[in-house]
Amino acid sequence: MAFYIARRLLATIPVLFVLSVIVFLIIYLIPGDPAAVMLGDGASPETIEALREQMGLNLPLLTQYGTWIGHALQGDLGDSYFMRQSVRTALAEHLGPTLSLAVLAEIIAVVIALPLGIRAASRRGEAADKALTGFSLFGITVPGFVLSMFTVLLFSVQLKWLPVSGYKPISDGLWTHLQYLILPAISLGVVQAALLARVVRSSMLDVLNESYVKTALAKGVGERGLVYRHVLRNAWLPILTVIGGSFGTLIAGAAVIESIFNIPGMGQLLVNSVQRRDYSVIQGVVLFVAFAYVLVNLVVDLLYAIVDPRIRLK
Amino acid sequence: MTSIDASLEPNSPGTPNPPDLAAMRLQLRRENRKLFARRFFASKSAVIGSALLLLVAVVSLLAPWLTGRDPYALDVVNRLKPPSSHSLFGTDNFGRDLLTRVVYGTRMSAEVGFAVAIASSLIGLVIGLYAGYVKWLDQILMRVMDGLFAFPAVLLAIAMMAALGPSVGNLIVCLTIVFVPSIARIVRSSALIAKEQTYIEAMHAVGASHNRIIWKHIMPSTLSPLIVQGSFIFAEAIIVEAALSFLGAGIPAPTPSLGNLLSDGKLFIYNSSWMTIFPGLALVVVVLAMNLFGDGLRDLLDPHARRAGKKR
Repeated sequence: MAFYIARRLLATIPVLFVLSVIVFLIIYLIPGDPAAVMLGDGASPETIEALREQMGLNLPLLTQYGTWIGHALQGDLGDSYFMRQSVRTALAEHLGPTLSLAVLAEIIAVVIALPLGIRAASRRGEAADKALTGFSLFGITVPGFVLSMFTVLLFSVQLKWLPVSGYKPISDGLWTHLQYLILPAISLGVVQAALLARVVRSSMLDVLNESYVKTALAKGVGERGLVYRHVLRNAWLPILTVIGGSFGTLIAGAAVIESIFNIPGMGQLLVNSVQRRDYSVIQGVVLFVAFAYVLVNLVVDLLYAIVDPRIRLK
Repeated sequence: MTSIDASLEPNSPGTPNPPDLAAMRLQLRRENRKLFARRFFASKSAVIGSALLLLVAVVSLLAPWLTGRDPYALDVVNRLKPPSSHSLFGTDNFGRDLLTRVVYGTRMSAEVGFAVAIASSLIGLVIGLYAGYVKWLDQILMRVMDGLFAFPAVLLAIAMMAALGPSVGNLIVCLTIVFVPSIARIVRSSALIAKEQTYIEAMHAVGASHNRIIWKHIMPSTLSPLIVQGSFIFAEAIIVEAALSFLGAGIPAPTPSLGNLLSDGKLFIYNSSWMTIFPGLALVVVVLAMNLFGDGLRDLLDPHARRAGKKR
């Protein structure tokens, strides 16, 4: 077990390293002098030079990366030039709405995908199975942000059931909070559900082919018992992996959705920073989300190895 | 078929002479084509996908002749007009004809998607082949690919576009970087399998150069999965392009692209729903065409994957 954890941790380090180098190098994609670009046309050479000094652009590249990643690992992602606050504070302020949205979307995805996938797998070729095929094509075809604009048109503009946009924190009451989040969460969650349902189905079918399922059937286990006690328990691994991995996709998807619904989350922070060319925030957000994404996947893998001894012995 | 069988019979008179051989080749090719056609028409997604794709291609290629209007022509008097016989999709906030802009936007999406699919397939092919064949390169190349792959696609693309600045060329470069790893991974895994085959060992034995082995003998076996993946990247790139343009980090504003049109639509979603509906539907049709086509291609080129998928 310890060996498995160690190996898995070691394999993650190069990924995180490469990832951080890519994020670091992003500002070197800027054509010309990053400091001059950030300050705009009217800036005097002195101000530009001062910002260059502040950003550490005059140091050798390796030293720059070293200081940057050293600070980042201690949680210091630099300062936002425009918001006059640290990137860390900005991230913390914008994390809540995005997490709320991602969690709610994930719940919606699981609630739709599990029953649909299970049903489709246990009744292959029947209505539920065909519905799933259509639904998963829908999921990969309709982008979340297009779906959300269509839901806004239907539920907010036409039917006037829900607010068009905005965000209320959970401290304003759970119902108000959900009212503002439900449309964006559905748009994100339905698309995710399509992907997840397909994984549920195929991983259920893998297990249904095992001989112990035949044994269970032969000894007279009912269909419910078979699905929930014998098949689903063994089919969890790919399902959980996809759920864990989807958090990164959901947070990235939230970036686009948030700008439609005017939700003050990390996506909006990122988009605003892109417009302001506030590179330290851009780097901070991207680094944070990508790290979180890799780490969530790592935790899911490790958790699974703890639960299922077959994994760590492989 | 009978003539080939006959010549292969052990008691038939020796090696067939050249003209016979040519005729047999021709017949074999004809039968292959027939088989391909039968499998193509048996696959519903291939047929519908190709039909839709053809539609998208015709619209993109014939855009200027199809609408006969200028996508930039302002007509402020007729701004925000709902669909009518004058302008079938209505007009936008500057009075520009929406149908014309959707047609040109579809063309832009198809162009970007195509360029990204081709560029990332070529680069991914080279990286995947050499990573699969040369051990020490594998470590370096695939670590970089893993690192790139760990980013959610939209996020990495936004960050790079923020630095490079919005333009069509930059967008193609960024999306190519984002999608290269998925191609490289698939090519690499096919190359790893192909490398272990006995015929490759035989090539080594007769002293073929590494490059010859890689390009003439390993590369062909990686092509089917590569083409299938490439068609899905086409679809994916169109979605990400639309998302980036929608956020203002993709194609700069007056140029019609489906993402830009949707972003305009968002501003007028209350009263001018057509500005959202038509670009949104166009985007869905283009992506649907590509996805169905990709499914069909997989059925045709990679029947093994399909059978394995069916068994599941």
